[in-house]
Amino acid sequence: MDARELRFAVEELLHAYVRCIDSDRLEEWPEFFTDPCVYEVMPRENADQGLPIAVMYCDSRGMLRDRVVAQRRANIYAPHGYRHMLSAIGVTGHEDGVVSARANYVVYRTFLDAVNYGHSELFSVGEYHDTIVFENGVARFREKLVLVDTARILSLLVTPL
Amino acid sequence: MEVCMDGVANHRSVSPVSLTWPADVARVPYRVFLDPAIYAYEQEILFRGPIWNYVALEAELPNPQDFKATFVGDTPIVVTRDKEGALHAFVNRCAHRGALVCREPRGNRPTHVCVYHQWSYDLRGNLIGVPFRKGVNGAPGMPEDFQPAQNSLRQLQVAAYNGLIFVSFDPQVESLAEYLGPDMRACLDRIFNRSVQVLGHARQFISANWKLYAENTRDPYHASLLHLFHTTFGMYRSSQGGGITLDAKGRHSALHSYRKTEAEELTAYKNTDLRTYQDKYTLADPSLLQGRPEFPGLTIQAIFPNLTVQQIQNTLAVRHTIPRGVEQFELVFTFFGYEDDDAEMRAIRRKQANLVGPAGLVSMEDGHATEIVQQAIRRDQDATSIAAMGGREIAGEESLITETGIRGFWRYYRELLGIAGAESVQKENGAWTHENYASR
Ligand code: FES
Ligand SMILES: [Fe+2]
Repeated sequence: MDARELRFAVEELLHAYVRCIDSDRLEEWPEFFTDPCVYEVMPRENADQGLPIAVMYCDSRGMLRDRVVAQRRANIYAPHGYRHMLSAIGVTGHEDGVVSARANYVVYRTFLDAVNYGHSELFSVGEYHDTIVFENGVARFREKLVLVDTARILSLLVTPL
Repeated sequence: MEVCMDGVANHRSVSPVSLTWPADVARVPYRVFLDPAIYAYEQEILFRGPIWNYVALEAELPNPQDFKATFVGDTPIVVTRDKEGALHAFVNRCAHRGALVCREPRGNRPTHVCVYHQWSYDLRGNLIGVPFRKGVNGAPGMPEDFQPAQNSLRQLQVAAYNGLIFVSFDPQVESLAEYLGPDMRACLDRIFNRSVQVLGHARQFISANWKLYAENTRDPYHASLLHLFHTTFGMYRSSQGGGITLDAKGRHSALHSYRKTEAEELTAYKNTDLRTYQDKYTLADPSLLQGRPEFPGLTIQAIFPNLTVQQIQNTLAVRHTIPRGVEQFELVFTFFGYEDDDAEMRAIRRKQANLVGPAGLVSMEDGHATEIVQQAIRRDQDATSIAAMGGREIAGEESLITETGIRGFWRYYRELLGIAGAESVQKENGAWTHENYASR
């Protein structure tokens, strides 16, 4: 794969990933990851201090699936949808089929509950630090570190970023 | 009963607020969550009153000259450790023209200098430098009678218990040990039994009055009904054992729960018909809950007014409630483990942090629960909520289906703010103390 093809594959993966979340197809979300994998939503505040606690930390597809089942069946929250904006997508490394990539993201949250129906607000700003591998030609995240600038989470975080 | 909230003597008066509060402390007027005058009165009488406010873990300021900027109520303050290792705290507002002196959340420095005109303060908050104080090039400088010693930052009382730092605006405040009381101290002793180490922070900004969260953390009644993660995955029954411990004044509480035997739980539970009973889901990856035996069950301890100490499985955290106006508060979680944790224990705590905090699988909904109250009460400020589950007593109980902790909170709140109300019944016998919890 040459550099242009690689960049295209990374962009396609990221775009497909955010479309999956934004269109509420969360049951498909774990398939964007290898198994095992690391999915981590880490406040930059902690990362900067070298502290290990993230607000979400999953190390298998099973854990990602459990998150989705919990969201659908167990957690109570104001119904909402996301809209991701991606920018500055870039491949930062490529060695032995393991690709490192970065991208900025912004997530707007739109409420779908009775009180705030249709209200959109800026919910989260941050950066994806991704490690991507190809399994039978399919690009997947082996690691997705969501480094969150917006450490102060509005109400709660249930839908993955 | 029409009562006046200006009943507390010897306090600077804020405009008195008249508030109708039913005689029954199990009835809470919605006005207390909505009225800006009550909010202002609380800042003056409660947060700056004869109480201790949690501000930091000592582990957040391990070294000489470390500092942490935080809040008491909505007053910005700084906690510092001096060169000798002693703790201090002062209001983070320059004596000169009122600027924020310390503008970073945490760090290490020998003095604090205001950027506006560079007045400088030592680690106790004493004013030690005023540029051009003696004048310059024949210009006069500060008046002769200006005395730096009289113009320091406002200094607070500071005390620590087992690594938890508290401050008070009131020099007459009872000792921290008395304030906590023996049962609450015993509960803290269980968790803070050796040196802790900070593992991370998480923050939640919630659109509700801070006292709705004080209620939430004293409310075991909602635990199995609102938080469905454990019940959905077949790991918790509301029949499980537990209870609530209150301090002598009812202002602090500690909720404990522990599992009875599986069979016992199931029979008790299957006879009920709540939406919380589902057993069709199992965790795809049960490693989330594979911790180590460390503490029995779960503890949520609420120290009046703004601290929650939690132990859920192997996750340990303190939660600091910071009011940000009448209808907003921030919740700052500080996760910790022990200095002597091995790598595996560290990994367990990291993974189980998924259970709590802003994205916590078992408890993310607490803040939201307070928001849906705030959204619905605005128009009927004199209407009341009901906190009568388990009766009208204010005392420890061996049951999780109780609102006794909420009643204890409100009784003490009314007392502090000088709001009259009929005395609630004090249960003399059968109080459930920490001792009889620990002995099981
Ligand atoms: S306001 Fe701080 S030095 Fe002037
Ligand atoms: Fe809760």
